[in-house]
Amino acid sequence: MAISPSKKEVSFKMSIKKLHSMLLSKEFSCKELTQAYLDAVQRENSHINAYIKATPETALSAAKKVDEKLARGEELLPLEGIPMTLKDNISTKDIETTCCSNILKGYIPIYDATVWQILQKQNAVLLGKTNMDEFAMGSSCETSCFGGAKNPHNISHVAGGSSGGAAAAVAGNLAVYGLGSDTGGSIRQPASFCGIVGMKPTYGTVSRYGLIAYASSLDQIGPIASCVEDAALVYDAIAQYDPMDSTSQGKKAPVSGNLGQSLKGKKIGVPREYFDGVRKEVSFALQQALKVYESLGVQMVYFDLPVLKYALPVYYILACAEASSNLGRYDGIRYGYKTQHYNGIHEMICKTRSEGFGAEVKRRILLGNYVLSSGYYDAYYKKAQNLRGSIIQAFKNAFAQCDVILSPTVPMTAFKEGFSSQDQVETYLTDICTVPVNIAGLPAISIPCGFDGSGLPIGMQLIGDTFCEETILNAAYCFEQETKTETLKQVPMGVRL
Amino acid sequence: MKYEMVAGLETHVELSTKTKIFCGCTTQFGSEPNTHCCPICIGLPGTLPKLNKTAVDYAILAGLATNCKINSISKMDRKNYVYPDLSKAYQVSQYDKPLCYGGYITLSNGRTIRITRIHIEEDAGKLVHERGDTYVDYNRAGVPLIEIVTEPDIRSVDEVREYVEKLQLIMKYIGISDCKMQEGSLRCDVNISVRPQGSETLGTRTEIKNMNSFTFMEKAIRYEFERQVDLVENGEKIIQETRRFDESQGITESMRSKEDAHDYRYFREPDLVTIITSQQEVSRLEGLLPELPDAKLSRYIEVYALSPKDAVLLTKYRRVAQFFDRAVDGIANPKFAVNLILGQIFSRLPSDSDKENFDIKVSPENFHELLMLLDSGKIRMNLAKTVLDSMLDTGGKAEELISEEDLAGLEESALQEVCQKIIDENPAAVSDYLSGKEKAVKSLVGGVMKATKGRADAAAAQEVLIKLMKN
Repeated sequence: MAISPSKKEVSFKMSIKKLHSMLLSKEFSCKELTQAYLDAVQRENSHINAYIKATPETALSAAKKVDEKLARGEELLPLEGIPMTLKDNISTKDIETTCCSNILKGYIPIYDATVWQILQKQNAVLLGKTNMDEFAMGSSCETSCFGGAKNPHNISHVAGGSSGGAAAAVAGNLAVYGLGSDTGGSIRQPASFCGIVGMKPTYGTVSRYGLIAYASSLDQIGPIASCVEDAALVYDAIAQYDPMDSTSQGKKAPVSGNLGQSLKGKKIGVPREYFDGVRKEVSFALQQALKVYESLGVQMVYFDLPVLKYALPVYYILACAEASSNLGRYDGIRYGYKTQHYNGIHEMICKTRSEGFGAEVKRRILLGNYVLSSGYYDAYYKKAQNLRGSIIQAFKNAFAQCDVILSPTVPMTAFKEGFSSQDQVETYLTDICTVPVNIAGLPAISIPCGFDGSGLPIGMQLIGDTFCEETILNAAYCFEQETKTETLKQVPMGVRL
Repeated sequence: MKYEMVAGLETHVELSTKTKIFCGCTTQFGSEPNTHCCPICIGLPGTLPKLNKTAVDYAILAGLATNCKINSISKMDRKNYVYPDLSKAYQVSQYDKPLCYGGYITLSNGRTIRITRIHIEEDAGKLVHERGDTYVDYNRAGVPLIEIVTEPDIRSVDEVREYVEKLQLIMKYIGISDCKMQEGSLRCDVNISVRPQGSETLGTRTEIKNMNSFTFMEKAIRYEFERQVDLVENGEKIIQETRRFDESQGITESMRSKEDAHDYRYFREPDLVTIITSQQEVSRLEGLLPELPDAKLSRYIEVYALSPKDAVLLTKYRRVAQFFDRAVDGIANPKFAVNLILGQIFSRLPSDSDKENFDIKVSPENFHELLMLLDSGKIRMNLAKTVLDSMLDTGGKAEELISEEDLAGLEESALQEVCQKIIDENPAAVSDYLSGKEKAVKSLVGGVMKATKGRADAAAAQEVLIKLMKN
């Protein structure tokens, strides 16, 4: 089978499983597959700015190993030879890792993040590092020092953020899957905007070692893929206990083999708060989704989660507080950007940080320092911590009544370019559905569930109780199987197989 | 008016774990700059700490040895401040849930110094100034420390010294730190205020930072006490501030006032989990505690009937006390052992650190054999000293260095013979004795001992000599 770019809508994207079997049956070599993606990235990335750095040498050397294994007739692991990406806040040895911030330009890590170590052992084919909001702070990818990633469905709209590059690359057929990170929705929101699948696992299931911290108690690495099964396969690979991460939890059994179980008798919870202020078309798509689930034998449970109204302030207080501490180390002394002219160490650090950080990052550092400072700590940080406890408890109570909670991923579809910079608070408000999940450390997945009038994808979020990845992946998979043809739309770019 | 000093101490003790508190790098002191570093201790983006269990154990041991209670639930916090030697711009420390709290140390004058808390934290790196440039060395970054904080219970410079010395000795006994002030493995901050004698209220305090020798610490406290008294007497206000001791001028000077004090913006370290210490774990660690200096001291005085002075000298060095304890096990008269250790052995270990290291060729077992010979009367002290000297030179065993002849002692006839010979050779001493100078016999006894290389029994020799002279 030839691999060639096509301007015509041909077929659905190949799943990881399909590619795996095609590699095994030698329909193409891993080198051919890799090269096709590398060529597409070189040719088309400039349209969507998904990649900030391509890594052809790393990709081809992994591909070579896979082809050698195939030549020896060896079996392949599920992700072996599959072209993928890493968000640029995941530390990659010998490959520049910038968090899309000027302050880290030129920083070449001397160690690999645990997730990348795991994937390298599986000969994952790293095509490159993907674009993101600076230090993962943003919802549009536009705070990136490399400029924003664009939405492959309509390039005058953003890909979302912060893992906008990873989502755009998958949606634009420039990668099979990618790893993103999710602190307040940074995997699920761009997945929703780009019409693909993104999952934030339970806090602690995927090692954070090597993930450059934004807010340590909220950050979690997860998969961005074009279908639920792919996301499950990637999750199975990376969800491993890591002694290097003290918050890491023991690994649970693989879930990708258990998809498609009947949903009959299952309960989906629908908190009314999640549907306040949601755009009409999004609301409509969600109502349709509920009908699909009803047809699959699912029972709906409607309830209130009033504490959710505190989720946004709690999130912005806790995330900014942790960020202000996590980002203190960028002082120009050991690595990264350093100001040119200065008088003394104090001025050097001040100027380095003033020049190196972008406006959004500075805003959050200032907020964070404010809420932690003496005299304000009790009114902000401490109160937010207490409310975090209440939110966790509210979810615990909710999961006594249902198996999965359903909501929109974002109350709207992909922003127009420039929307975020015009109204910062308005943009913060769009995180309303995603942040409670991070506050409570829960797993959640965003899958496509329709399109708005202008053809932009709408995402649906399924939230599970802690360590119930299998439950939400299965519920997502069943919906996807039911609705595939209506919810997936191929964009005319990238690799066609 | 007379003034009283009110002082509290914050003592930082470097723990002697093999590896750092959050990574596997060695804690070795004195290596080439930045050779004991890894992505974690230089705080590279994305790295995470991993708490060294031994550091926690050591801190709990320190707590148990100073009568502290142990928090069953403890946690780590971030103390945020910017300084080039602090690679993450925060120090991982403990804020409101320290591992240990509510302990005390009793001084020799009977006063109790309450210990508020003991917590663990990481050390920072250090700045190296060379030819007008400043460099950072991160070898020390991440070395585990405990901070031991007292209540303001200390009333004099002597009490400060005794408290720190006691603390030092306890830490050395339990083997968690070498507490070397000159290498910075023990550092003190002193909070000090003054008040009229008899007053119960606390005055405004100042803090003197980072003193790393007893001499400077005493000078600094004396100076600061006088300074504050002068201010009070002149009706001036004491400003709450942090001061540093200028070693060259012998004065303390202001570093920063309360208004400029850092706001450390403490919050819980999200990268580390809660430290849970069960009662079982506390009991296990209690079981690891050796006999502590105070207990040892009173045992030496009460059980062995040693003089307080000797007992203090023996307990002052952990290895000496250990050596003594092993050697005198089963010995009826430990006094011989004390004399030999404080005499023969200490004369070969002139400096404090020599005694501290106690690097000698004699094993406690071999020393024990020698004591057994003394105990059973088979040899005399003089011979024992000679033999011990050879043991210290060669590392040989007592029995190997003592001949059959030595062990047999001197026959009565042989002693008579030697005594007669000495009398014949020293007519002057003999006539002195006979003319009433009884002391003259001592020199004759000395002659006999010398001639017999210590094998003779001095008392017996004196008896024989007197008999022979009077005949």
